[in-house]
This record gives sequence, structure tokens and C-alpha cells, in this order.
Amino acid sequence: MPDQPSSPASEPAPGPELTDDYVRKVAALSRLSLRDDQVASYREKLSGVLAYVQRIRELDLADVEPLAHVGGEVNRLDEDTPGPELPIEALKAMAPESVERFIKVPKVLGDGGGA
Amino acid sequence: MTGATPRTITPAHEIASQVSAGARSARDVTAAALREIASGDREVHAFLETFEDKALRDADAVDARIRAGEKLPLAGVPVAIKDNLCLEWGKTTCASKMLAEFRSPYTATCVRKLLDAGAVIVGKANLDEFAMGGSTEHSAFGPTRNPWDLSRVPGGSSGGSAAAVAAGFVPLSLGSDTGGSIRQPAGLCGLVGIKPTYGRVSRFGLVAFASSLDQVGPLSTCVRDSALALSVICGQDARDATSSARPVPDFAAGLDEPVRGLTLGVPRQARSDANHPAVAAEFERAIERFRGLGAKIVDIDLPMTDHGIAAYYIVAPAEASSNLARFDGIRYGTRAKLAPGEDLLTLYTRSRAEGFGPEVQRRIMLGTHVLSSGYADAYYVNALKVRRLIKRDYDRAFERGCHAVLMPPAPSPAFKLGEKLGDPLALYLEDLYTVTVNLAGLPGITVPSGSAMVEGRELPIGIQLVGPAFEESSLLRIARQYEASGAWMGRVAPRG
Repeated sequence: MPDQPSSPASEPAPGPELTDDYVRKVAALSRLSLRDDQVASYREKLSGVLAYVQRIRELDLADVEPLAHVGGEVNRLDEDTPGPELPIEALKAMAPESVERFIKVPKVLGDGGGA
Repeated sequence: MTGATPRTITPAHEIASQVSAGARSARDVTAAALREIASGDREVHAFLETFEDKALRDADAVDARIRAGEKLPLAGVPVAIKDNLCLEWGKTTCASKMLAEFRSPYTATCVRKLLDAGAVIVGKANLDEFAMGGSTEHSAFGPTRNPWDLSRVPGGSSGGSAAAVAAGFVPLSLGSDTGGSIRQPAGLCGLVGIKPTYGRVSRFGLVAFASSLDQVGPLSTCVRDSALALSVICGQDARDATSSARPVPDFAAGLDEPVRGLTLGVPRQARSDANHPAVAAEFERAIERFRGLGAKIVDIDLPMTDHGIAAYYIVAPAEASSNLARFDGIRYGTRAKLAPGEDLLTLYTRSRAEGFGPEVQRRIMLGTHVLSSGYADAYYVNALKVRRLIKRDYDRAFERGCHAVLMPPAPSPAFKLGEKLGDPLALYLEDLYTVTVNLAGLPGITVPSGSAMVEGRELPIGIQLVGPAFEESSLLRIARQYEASGAWMGRVAPRG
């Protein structure tokens, strides 16, 4: 767990009362496009959950180490031997759009013109 | 009470014995299961897909292996697989529009092991989308109904896996449990269901929800069947670095030996005001039954239980928001149609908005929020600290000599469809007794205990036992001892 100090909150306190703008911002960070008519519903339901989980911020946890993972396993190194790989045809069959040996995507560079 | 003789089905271990002895063919067993599904699943909707021809061909292959002298612990046992486990045939949808047409190029390790052991996969079971939910109402393909009362939920997220067994379609299924998704539906459907210790079962081929919490486990009508299936699916796998190298015992062997000097911890928190009266009453009866078995009951305190749901609904969505980032409409899954000139970012955001249902989108946003700069310390890091304290609570109980901690699997019996659908938090609070077990990485098992008449219908009520890490053997023996002291074993829902 990296022990990074968090940057000071630049948003209004993320308490139970989320704003529509904040919901839009979190949706954008989540790579989800929300319609305007969905924002209020997400704001209301997320606010309810956040109001509940707030309780965790009230505990005195200064001396407690975070526990990210309970498994006792440690890294192990495998031999670097080639194994069976998925054929290109199998990968292409999963892709929504493909051209020849490639998966088709919209234009990535430049001004983001269409696919 | 209806007064009718309780309906039971032939358990998996008996089917395996019969098929192994040549007394019955795997084909006959499979054909019978498929007939049950065809006639009964229209109203239950436990299955998203069934594999009629393929299952019968696989059954023939099992019969051939038996004739060739192979010893198969699950010979001819029809099994339902939760549809977040990858199979090389059929679709793997996670009950999501995002993966509505997804066909996996590989099979999950735990399913592969079932097949090697002679099991026959008859179909894929319904679930809450991406295993996020406790009622199976969040399936993009419609809810599953509880076979005990079709107006009620089977629990979730492994609701299809539970209903498939409780309806008597199959004796065994696989579910996954991130915050109670095996143990809660097992309780609501009158079944045995075990979530193994984190690391016991390979997660290779399980579509990831929250990787530090997810485990696969069986659901069945009796403890022996779950023990048998667990012995098959456990073990280290090179394809899952978190799978444990611990040796896997034969969980079914020695199952009938009572645990000597059995001591059970009863947490003060298990007697929550949130408990439905029927759950509270059954819990007290269970304690008395254990006393009758000679168990020593000690009161314990798991103070962090009060913060378990808060910690869980930070940690699990945080991990989910990261895991589900892979669904971007590029390499697999739903891809939104773009108008000319629209860019790659629009493809991502629109594909995800079209592919994910509302509960999944809520959890992704919640996870993104609790991990975002400025809030991560207050939410995520604090939740991980609470996680350590939760584990410490359990460790102390076990250090005091408790073989297991006794709790209800859920605060209420099966609730009505739609009853909690509009209120995510109300549904999250149902996870009170299960999420801490995942956060601590411990094994937990639900065992049927009794039933209550609720609005004129008999609804099953279970108990949950939680043990120290990797102590599934003693957990199963305690569960077996409890099962043997009652009259529930093998029961499924009455027909019609």
C-alpha cells in the first residue's frame, strides 16, 4: 500500500449531499456517459450509500495498518517457458469489430475523427 | 404447514456412487435433470442457458470413462454453473448486456476440475449482473424466483445456482461469493453453501468483481455433497497467483466424526435488532441444538461488525471499478454505434453506459469516488484499516478456543421481489453477517436449520458457521453434525 498523502480536497466536501456536477464528474472518470435525466437518480442513490459509509471516517484508525489482501501467498516466479496461446481467430471472434488480423477502433490520434 | 411429506432429491454423492457402480447411466441422470429444467424453469428462471445436446454427449463420455475403469468422484452428477464462470461452450454473460453475446475461449479451472471428476454441466445459472447484488433481480435477463415461494427472491448474487438446486433440477451447483453471494442464497433457499478460504479455489476463469474477496464454492442439499465438490475444485493453479499451495484434504472423509470439545462463539452482534423475528427465533433454537450436541457456547464480541458493511461497500466497489475498466467496447463485449466524427472516448463511455445496468454503474461510480484523489485516504485506506480490525476480531475469537463463529447468514428470510429494489442501501444491509467473512478471507458455510411460515408459505432459514483460515474440514464436520441432528437433509422446495 503506497503511503501517499492525499492531495487536499479540491471539491466541496463529498458528504452525503452530492451535487449534479460532481456526479457528472465521477461518471466521466468512470468512463460512463450519463443522460441528463439519469443524473438526479444516481445522485440520490449514491448519496444514500455515501451517507452510510461516512461512519468509517469517524473512527480513530491512526495506529492501524491497512490490510489490502488477506492471502498469505507471496510472489512466485514461474519458468519463462512458452505455453499455448489463443489463436488470433479466437481473439477476433470476441471483438465487436475487426478488419483482417486487427481489431477495429475509431481514430485515436489527431482530432478524434470518426471510425 | 402443508402436512405433505417434504420433497427430497437424490444427492450428488449417491448419484456418483450409482453411476460408478453401473446401476444408473450418466445419460439417464442427465436426461432426467434436463426434463426437470424444461418443465420447471419457465417459472423459476434459474438458468440463462441450458446445454441439452452437449450435456447428453458429455454424459455419454462419462459413461464411457466409467466403463473404461476410471474412478470419478462426481460421475454423472448434473451441475449448474453460475454464469460468471467461463466455459468454452455456450455464452458467458455475467447476466449483463455488456457480455450478452460473449463466448469465452477458455474454461475456468474450477469447472475444468468438475468435468475431470465426471460432472456434467447442464447449464449456466442466473445471477445479479457481474455478481453485484443480493436478490438476483439485477440480472439484465430478468430475475430468478425462489422455488419455495415464487413471489420471493432466491437471494443473490448466486440466486440462479441456489434456485436450480432448491427447485430440484440439479443436486449441485457452483456459485461465487464476494460478500455473501453463496451463503445468503443458500440460506434463503434451504441449502448448504460454502465460501472457502480466500485462495482455496482458483479464480482463473471467474470474471473478476472484487479480486481480493472473490471465491468460488458449491451449493447442495447436504453437507457431504459440498464437501465432495470442494475436494474436487480446490487446489493451487499456476493461472491464479493467489491460489494457495496448501494441500487439499479429502473433505468428505471423516465428515461424520464429531469435532471433540466443540466450542462455538456467538457474537453479541448476531442478535441484531435488524433480525426478522423468524431469523432471531431460529438462531436461538440453533444455539440450543448445538448445546444438545454437547457444544460449549461462548459469548464473543466482534465489534467491527458494525462497520463491516461500510468497509465492504468501499473496498468491493473500489476493486470493481478497476476490474470492470476492461469492458471498453474494444476487444470484447458490447460496442455502441457511433455517428461519423465521434471519437474513441465516446465509444468507451457510451458502450459502458449501454452495456452496464444501473447497479453496476452505481458501484463503478462509488468505487471511482472512493479512490479519487482527495478522498482515497478518508474512504479506501480507512476501509482497509477496518478490514484489518475485522480480521483481528475473528482471530481473537479463534484464539479463545472457538472452533467456529455462529451467525445467521442473513437477517431475514427470502423477501418479496421488488421489495428492496429501489433502495440500494436497504439491500446492502442484508449483507450484515456475510461481508466481514470475505474481508477477513475466512471460510464460511451456510447449513439449513429450519423454516418459518411467512404469509402462509414455508420459508427456509439457515445458520452460518465461520472458521479459521483453511479449516474447512472442521467447519464441514460441525455443519454435518448439525445437519445430522435435524430433519432437513436433502430437502428441496415442494412442487408447484
